[in-house]
Amino acid sequence: MLGRDLILRLRIESLYAEYAQTIDDDRLENWPGLFVEDGKYQVTTRENHGNGFALAMMYCDGRGMMSDRISALRSANIYEPHVYCHLISCVRVLDCTSQEISAQANFAVIRTMQEGDQTIFACGRTFDRIVEADGRLLFKSRLVVLDSRQVDTLLVIPI
Amino acid sequence: MSMTEGKLSSFSMPPDDLSHVPFRVYTDQELYALEQERVFRGPTWNFLALECEIPDLGDYKTTYVGDAPVIVVRGQDGGVNALVNRCAHKGALICYKQAGNVREFNCVYHNWTYDLAGKLTGIAFKRGVGGKGGLAPDFDQASHGLQRLRVETCRGLIFGTFSDKTPSFLEYIGTELAANIDRVFIKPLRVIGYHCQALPNNWKLYAENNRDSYHASLLHVFHNTFGVVRPNMGGGVKVSESGWHHLSFTQREPLGDKEVGREKVRSLKDQYKLKDPSMMEHKLELGDQVTNAIQTVFPSLVVQQILNALAVRQIQPKSAGRTELVWTILGFADDDAEMQELRLKVNNLVGPAGLISMEDGCVGGFVQRAAKADPAAMVVMPMGGRGIAGSEGSRVTEAAVRGFWKGWRECMGFR
Repeated sequence: MLGRDLILRLRIESLYAEYAQTIDDDRLENWPGLFVEDGKYQVTTRENHGNGFALAMMYCDGRGMMSDRISALRSANIYEPHVYCHLISCVRVLDCTSQEISAQANFAVIRTMQEGDQTIFACGRTFDRIVEADGRLLFKSRLVVLDSRQVDTLLVIPI
Repeated sequence: MSMTEGKLSSFSMPPDDLSHVPFRVYTDQELYALEQERVFRGPTWNFLALECEIPDLGDYKTTYVGDAPVIVVRGQDGGVNALVNRCAHKGALICYKQAGNVREFNCVYHNWTYDLAGKLTGIAFKRGVGGKGGLAPDFDQASHGLQRLRVETCRGLIFGTFSDKTPSFLEYIGTELAANIDRVFIKPLRVIGYHCQALPNNWKLYAENNRDSYHASLLHVFHNTFGVVRPNMGGGVKVSESGWHHLSFTQREPLGDKEVGREKVRSLKDQYKLKDPSMMEHKLELGDQVTNAIQTVFPSLVVQQILNALAVRQIQPKSAGRTELVWTILGFADDDAEMQELRLKVNNLVGPAGLISMEDGCVGGFVQRAAKADPAAMVVMPMGGRGIAGSEGSRVTEAAVRGFWKGWRECMGFR
């Protein structure tokens, strides 16, 4: 039992690390592939989440919308170049059924601009539903809840 | 002359010329201080909140008018009161939480108590203790209430003013632009959520940006690439008689009640298609063919309709170089499940991660940083002539931006 739990935990941490570095390394075209085809991705704030407001800053219902976000980032949106460094901690596996795994983690994203300015751009919690498909773990849904209601300048790279 | 006015004695705006603005207006902290007095406490209506946010007796939320913290509260008579959030005693914040419900206001510092209209009703240890101490006998309690703003509401939007020179709200924006408020807010509202975007620039750069219909299809490449707004769509720009407020709008040819985005979503170069264009669906709900309408109420409100994404945006100045933009995202109380889901999807277009609005977050900062070193150099706005008159059919104009500067000059006294 303990061995299986540990292996699951390691696999989830590995998925979280792969997700973070896919974004941090600017391999954004691979980002939708970390989700199942009809996976959901949302970024919201603690204020909205806590008050039961369904609004999300980014809401992708399926890989198609995720892919469209990345196309817009590459070819339409205007923003100063910047990179993220994700820091992830407090990974917890809350539940595991034969259908899906429910997990959470704390995160912080440090944003570095071209001239070197760094800031804690975002921090909060991810609420994740993860499934197994062809021996891989994939996100069925990822809800990113930012502690702050304030986003500095703009949000274009997914968190 | 105040110290601020002394430091500004060398400042002037180009006389009789709305097309030029010195960069100093964006970077000067003394001008920012003078704006607090002359714009935000001047003859202006400042957006405070929505009636649907404070429906019941004692419901309150906190906001700002310029730098002044303000409490907006549902009062005894069912009306709305707007009170400066500052105790009449030593000046502490009365409400330090963003929202809530109270029977009365208590200042935590010395427990001075106010009713929901701001009247001072209780002073702790007024009569002293054991016959010693207590309130000075000549203290006039009645004149030490919370400072009140005059309030007007319009279709569920609540506005406040500090000045008794401000005309009625309808006179202020004029009947032509009031018609758009009537057009959008046709039914009881519900709040879908909030965004807040921290802008690294002066508040006026964002205020200009909203009035600048010229940039829409140029900066926001998503518009063209994914076919939301094209320069050849119908519409126009309306500017209030005063110039202070505006409406720019886009409309399409009649196609029936529901446009399915699929056929229409193609870039001008026919290169990019959305893999999932469902967020671009637009269910006509306001009784006309207008797809986008951006309306401003000087100094700090934007009313937004972009497809089915409805919102009010409140521009909150924080310093000469920093602004917070608070978005209240709206729907109607009777939205069915399908409309609720559509609104969540189309809201991908706006807010801090907005596919068509995110650039407004960074472009102000680009001006702020480039302008910093050269405060005497000038902005030039030649599009659409030199005046403030609106234009039918064309959005390639800066008339509404010139109108904003007319309003600013009139409030500040820089003709």
